[in-house]
Order: sequence, then structure tokens, then C-alpha cells
Amino acid sequence: MLTRAEIDDILKLIDGSDFTELKLEMGDLKLELRKGPQTAALPLHLGQNTPAGGTPTPQPAPPTAVVAPVIASGGGSEIPAPLLGTFWHAPRPGADPFVKPGDRVTADTIIGIIEVMKLMNSVPAGIAGTVLDITAPNGELVEHGQCLIRIQPH
Amino acid sequence: MQPIRRIFIANRGEIAVRIIRTARALGIETVLGVSKADRDSLGAKLATRAVCLGPGPSRDSYLKVDTVVQATLGTGCDALHPGYGFLSENRDLALACEKAGLVFIGPTPANLEAVGDKLTARSHAIAAGVPLVPGGNAATLAEAEEVATRIGYPLLIKAVSGGGGKGMKRVNAAAELAPQLDLAMSEAAAAFGDDRVYLERFVTSGRHVEVQILSDGETILHAGERDCSVQRRYQKVVEEAPAPGLSPALRTGVLQAATAYAHHIGYRSLGTVEFMVDVDRAAFYFLEMNARIQVEHPVTEAITGLDLIATQIAIAEGRPLALRQEDIALSGHAIECRLNAEDIAHDFRPCPGRVSLAWFPALPGLRVDTHMESGAMIPPHYDSMVAKLIAHGPTREAAIATMTQALRVLRLEGIATNAPLHAAIMADPEFATGGVDTNYLAGLLPRLAGGCP
Repeated sequence: MLTRAEIDDILKLIDGSDFTELKLEMGDLKLELRKGPQTAALPLHLGQNTPAGGTPTPQPAPPTAVVAPVIASGGGSEIPAPLLGTFWHAPRPGADPFVKPGDRVTADTIIGIIEVMKLMNSVPAGIAGTVLDITAPNGELVEHGQCLIRIQPH
Repeated sequence: MQPIRRIFIANRGEIAVRIIRTARALGIETVLGVSKADRDSLGAKLATRAVCLGPGPSRDSYLKVDTVVQATLGTGCDALHPGYGFLSENRDLALACEKAGLVFIGPTPANLEAVGDKLTARSHAIAAGVPLVPGGNAATLAEAEEVATRIGYPLLIKAVSGGGGKGMKRVNAAAELAPQLDLAMSEAAAAFGDDRVYLERFVTSGRHVEVQILSDGETILHAGERDCSVQRRYQKVVEEAPAPGLSPALRTGVLQAATAYAHHIGYRSLGTVEFMVDVDRAAFYFLEMNARIQVEHPVTEAITGLDLIATQIAIAEGRPLALRQEDIALSGHAIECRLNAEDIAHDFRPCPGRVSLAWFPALPGLRVDTHMESGAMIPPHYDSMVAKLIAHGPTREAAIATMTQALRVLRLEGIATNAPLHAAIMADPEFATGGVDTNYLAGLLPRLAGGCP
């Protein structure tokens, strides 16, 4: 999975290059980036990239700097589990969850608890932003590094 | 009897792959706990599922008892296999499994306590009538001097909680005792958090001979002995079974002593009792008992036809051993070479990195236990062992010939390995004669200086 910061880095690389289009597939994530003239002029899928009848692909106009559209799966920054354990959405059964989608959080806001053999470890958001969704289910095992929730950074 | 359906493997590398092999054969699912550095390892791909325990360093992942138990429970496993090293002989893990209702595929917490501490292990040996190297406990210099006078020089200072040669010091004469004692105690404190040491007679020419024990808690059997005398800095390099040229009296002696020791402590599971065979005195002394599957178990499997991991699982399920002593027949000779990612030209320094090519073709009489494949990454955090080559033949000469051929044929590239050292050992007339002692390899290395064949 890519973080917002990593996507920004990729955008900078594309902006500085002669390429007009980038398609990236990593596991479940699909990222398509285009710059320059309107997208309609460019092939959208690799399968259509082979020119029919041997016609060479028209050279696109020299690139001009525009804001590239970003289509990432879901978007936002993924907050990874700092350790393996059972993820709890709320401080105790029946209580309100620490955070829910739409909540604004700061870096210090506790977003959940990871339990390791009866030891409760609170997990801070790490970044300020708005909670997009709670990815890891309540009361289930999360691996080290697994996405817990996603946050749209401010 | 509690049939095991899903095993959590709290280990890595070749032993994780080895356990998965038997689990698959038995129709048991596996969950492998991996560190971040081992996410793409062969074991992670072969296991039914892999979960990430934590970052690369072992203390943050493989050595965390609570995390391992939580992962075992959270993935719905009913049993845990600890492999060797890491938490394999950790009593807290065995206890935590017991408390959580998980089957620990290993001995009981009481067994681990009986053998985990060298002083306790020695006191059990005395009680079981198993011979020990003359020695004694020393908390102060005065006590050490008293013991030294009784046992004579040269002697060894060893850490009570030690292993793998750490905190071990050789003292050749009385004048060296005080400084070496200080050094051993501070090393022991740094390495194990326990500065207790003991002294024992240093055997000038000794062979490392160990006995494989199988016990269901009622029936205690042995699966013959192994000779692991080819060592470098107390680390085994080449192992074989049976021990070449061991006199019938010594062989019977170690087999009986090992069985008596296991019986005395009420041992249940697979285990190994290690002895030092004193070549000059034609005597043997108890060293320690390892309460786990050993790295070198395949040489015993080769000559007995047993699947020791399957036996270990069956015992953990509570099944009685489906064997009698007379059912364990030894056939031929087997040799194992531990292939390590280390640069023998630069003082054996470890060589982590990316393996560009791994190819271990099937040869008659050869078994390869490895987690290597082309493109595999050897992380810097762990042991440098990357493969075990096991050659089995009707005779020792045949096994050496097969091993020699295997070393010539295999390809493991992108990293430096100790394969040239193994080739040199296999080609050495002294090794071919058989029965070398633990000084052998240290003596061979200078002779190889200037390049291995």
C-alpha cells in the first residue's frame, strides 16, 4: 500500500520526467497517473496500447505542468499496527469507539488499543487529519504493520 | 489424545520449512510467525498463513513470548512448534502455552527447568549416576582456586546460563585463573544477565558425541548417537551418525547413560543428551541435555528412517510411541554439512545479502534442508546457516563421496558460503580416517591457508 507521501513523491518524479503516463499495480492497489493534454487523447488501458494497422502512436504534445489526478485505492494515509495483537476499537466492551469515520484527530489522538496477552497498548494516530475509515475489525488479530485505520491528512 | 489441526511455527529459516514439510504430510495446517525481514521467505510462502510478529531484530519479533502466544491464539492454532534456538527451550513459553490451552510441541515446563540451568542439569546427572567432567561451582576467586586444585589444569570456566561458547574461558595455569574468572563473569553477566559460572576439567582430546532420545513419558528409547566433533569456536560444522570408530563399550555407555538421564528427569518429547568422550582416558562425561529438535536431526533420520518431527508431534498429541527399541534399526552412515553464509577468507564473517542463484539438484543419497531459493534475501539479523546438506550411504566412504559430489554440483551464488571449507574437510585424509576430536577443525584451518581446493 502507498501512503499519501509516497504518491506525492511519485508525482514529483513524473513531473520531472518526459513520461506522460504511469500505471502501477501492487497487490490490490492500482495507481494511474497522467499529465499533459486531455486524457481522452491517451490510451487508457495497456490492452489498447497496440496501434491498429501499424499506425505509430502519435507523439503527445510537450508536457505542461498541470495537477495530475490521483486515483489510489481509497486514499488517505494508512496507520499501521505498531505491534501484533488483538485490535480493539473501544476502551472496553460496549463503550464508544475511540474514533469513527469523519472524526478529526491530532497526532496524539488514541485511535485504538492493541492487546498482547492482557497487556493493553494504546495506539496514537501519528498524524493530524480526518478519519476516513476503520480498516481492521474490532477484536481481531492484527499483524505488525497491518493497516488499522485510514486518515486524510490536513 | 488431542489431535493437532493447526500448528503455529515460532521459528524461521530451514527449520520452519522442515516443520511445514511434515505438517503437510500429516494434513496439519501451519501458521508461520515471521519478522518483517522474513515476510518473503520460503517458509512464509509455504505455510498455510504467515503473520508478521514485529521488526527484524529477534528481540522485537521471534523472542517475544507474549506476541508469539497472542499470534498463536489469534490465528486459531491449537499447537505451537518452537523449532530450535529462539524460544525453543524457554520455560515461560511452555508455561504460557499450557495456561492458554495450547499444545507445546516439546517437553514439559518441568523438563525445561530440569535441563535449562547447567548446574541443575549437572545435579540431575549425579543423581542419575551419569558421569560428569570433574568440576564445581565458583562464586569467588577463593572457591575457584579450591576447585582448580582438585580438578587440575587446563580447565574451563563456563557460564551457568550459557550456551554457544559465550562466557566460556580456558585457563591453562593457576596464574591465569583470576583474570579469566573476572572476564568470564562479566561476559556471562552481559550475555545472559547472570554472572554465575562453574569450572570443569578441560579434556585435551575430546569428541562430541550425543544421543537422540524419544520419550512419550512412559517409554524412553534412543535413536543411536551422533558425532559432532567438527566444530569451530564451539559451533558445530559437520555432524555424522553413527560416531565413527567408537568402541562398543563407549557406545553402549553413552546410550545407556542418555536413557538413564531422560528417565531420571521424567523426560517427555524428543531430546538430545550430549557427552564429551575423553579420547585419552576412554571415558565419557555428561555435557548437557537439549530439550528440543536439533539442527543435526536429519543424520539420525537418514540412518533410522524415522521422521523425528512427526514423532515429536505425535508425542505432543499424547500418543504413545508406536515403537520398541528393537524397531529402531540403524542403516549405513550419514553426514551433514552446515552451509553458512560466511566468508571463510575473512575470518568467517557473516555474508547477508541477496541470493542470485540457488540450485540443489537431487542426487542419490542426498537430502537438502534449506529455505534458500533464487532471489531469496538473507537478512543480517539472524544465524548465518542457509542450508544443510545430508549425505547417506551404505558406508561412511560412500556418504563422503556423495557429499563431495553435492558440494561440487550445487550452486548458491550472490553470497559467500563456507562450501569450500566443507569440500576441504571431505577431502582431508584425517577426516576420512574418522574419529577426529573437537580440536580437529582449528588445526585444519591453518593447513588450508592460502586457499581451499
